Amino acid sequence: MTETRSMLLNVGPSHPAMHGVIRLIMEVDGEKIKGVDVEMGYLHRAFEKMCETMMYAQCFPYTDRLNYVSPLINNVGFALSVEKLLGIDIPVRAQYIRVIMSEISRVTDHLTCIGATAMEMGALSVFLYMMKAREYLYELIEEITGARLTVSYVRIGGVKADLTQGFADKALQKIAQVRRVLVETDDLLTRNRIFFDRMKGVGKISAQDAISYGITGPFLRSTGVSYDVRRAQPYLIYDRLDFEIPTGTQGDNLDRYFVRMAEMEQSLRMVEQCLAQIPQGDVNGDLTGCVIPAAQMVDRAKMGQTEEFIEDEVTTDPTLQGSTRKYYNAINAPKKDVVLPAKEDTYGNIEGLMNHFKLVMYGHGIRPPVGEVYFPVEGANGELGFYIVSDGSDQPWRVRVHPPCFPIMAALPKCLVGGMMADLIPTFGSVNMIAGELDR
Amino acid sequence: MTLLQTVQEQFPQDIIETHDFRGDETLIIRASALRAVAEFLKEMPRMDFNFLMDLTAVDYLSFAGGRLPKEGRFEVVYHFFSLKHNHRIRIKVPVDDKNPEVDSLCDLWASANWYEREVWDMFGIRFRGHPNLKRILMYEEFQGHALRKDYPVNKRQPLIGPQTHD
Repeated sequence: MTETRSMLLNVGPSHPAMHGVIRLIMEVDGEKIKGVDVEMGYLHRAFEKMCETMMYAQCFPYTDRLNYVSPLINNVGFALSVEKLLGIDIPVRAQYIRVIMSEISRVTDHLTCIGATAMEMGALSVFLYMMKAREYLYELIEEITGARLTVSYVRIGGVKADLTQGFADKALQKIAQVRRVLVETDDLLTRNRIFFDRMKGVGKISAQDAISYGITGPFLRSTGVSYDVRRAQPYLIYDRLDFEIPTGTQGDNLDRYFVRMAEMEQSLRMVEQCLAQIPQGDVNGDLTGCVIPAAQMVDRAKMGQTEEFIEDEVTTDPTLQGSTRKYYNAINAPKKDVVLPAKEDTYGNIEGLMNHFKLVMYGHGIRPPVGEVYFPVEGANGELGFYIVSDGSDQPWRVRVHPPCFPIMAALPKCLVGGMMADLIPTFGSVNMIAGELDR
Repeated sequence: MTLLQTVQEQFPQDIIETHDFRGDETLIIRASALRAVAEFLKEMPRMDFNFLMDLTAVDYLSFAGGRLPKEGRFEVVYHFFSLKHNHRIRIKVPVDDKNPEVDSLCDLWASANWYEREVWDMFGIRFRGHPNLKRILMYEEFQGHALRKDYPVNKRQPLIGPQTHD
């Protein structure tokens, strides 16, 4: 009689097929997976603890680094939570800008997820095509935010800068390019026997299990549950947009692939609708003064020559482009205790300077009332929620982020056990684990 | 009748306080009633909270915002969501410093398993009946619980430090 013993196998924490650092301790019997233990935390950077030591506005750069494939959605989620705490609304144009940027980010996230999964199954050209498409969108993001990844673009009470001139045309052009790539990759993957066989029926999870594990997003929708925060509890202007919520039926890798592919098209549609609906900026037409460099305005202000500044406009550093007085009202809530003043005011008059200082100096800053809020937004992986407790000071008492891929990782053993070793790769790919938001 | 009123009517003795700041319906309940309230929220058709969306804790040590929790230093915070009714509720359970322990909800919602491990890891609150209560984000050798307010933010505990050769 032969004796069979199972073997313990480590996958990760640093393995080419693991996107990000995570360790799976697997018990395998030949090629069959008998048990999986997930060990995480390798990328823990104490996001929540750091936020407790920062002023509210200073938390944005940290949120960029949660889900670093779609940082703008994290920015939006955090800003909306603090705005809920403060009880303020933002101008409609700023809401549209936030939605446009969120949806572009969602597409970049799904492109990365599908591209990486396809690459790990041998379809390297799909990965390259999708990275190319992501690059088109990153160019759009870069044009507006000034950065590709660490954007820190959203502000409490608005956004950093208005859309640039001719952005709509550029965006439509890029959307058309992305659509072409999607058609190409769809041709390469969807009717591809190898891809199909490796995805279909693999990594299955039932709707009931998914709900019990608290899974949201594309992963939940692939099981047939059509829950999407944008539809269920619409925030910003999502209730004005026409979009569908793609769902699957099986809850397997193939359905998750289909859901993500369909969602990208929906997101692109949403961006198009936003560009058509967005109200024109509240551009101050009576700016008759001259356009001067910001440094010159500061120098003149120091000498007290401030009389004609009321009508002047400054040219700023490229990182602040679109945040001057001309665009200010359209993209920022009219709350002086929350939003930094327009650059002309900061440089050109004492009230603006004081206002600026009162918001950025330690011990001053934005002071929400004592209370606690939870605000969910639809992240690329599912419900992304920020729970913030305020003690009335300028620093949050507690910031908790509900990371959408955390529950999915908890359910990963459920998807893997009983399957084959090789199925780990497509299943793990379809989870779209982002270590930055998982470990925080 | 609001959600809060329904629960209040069912558990009149166990509810310490309620509020709906910014529309977030919140109940603060006694730790002893947690299981009963959780089961009620899950099973009652009127409630039907099938998602335990989030579970975390807050350390109120030296909280400056007035309104200190009367019953202890920590609060364990549960965010429930109902897919069918599309409503949310927040349950908070005060836990004292001496014996920080509450009941586990692992058997009701599978998502509680990892969330409770994280709360144990970060706050040192134990969950009675949890099948595998070990650290999740930090390593086993880590001393203390990082999100407690008395854990210094700049304290370092390198697991693999530089070897000292002398």
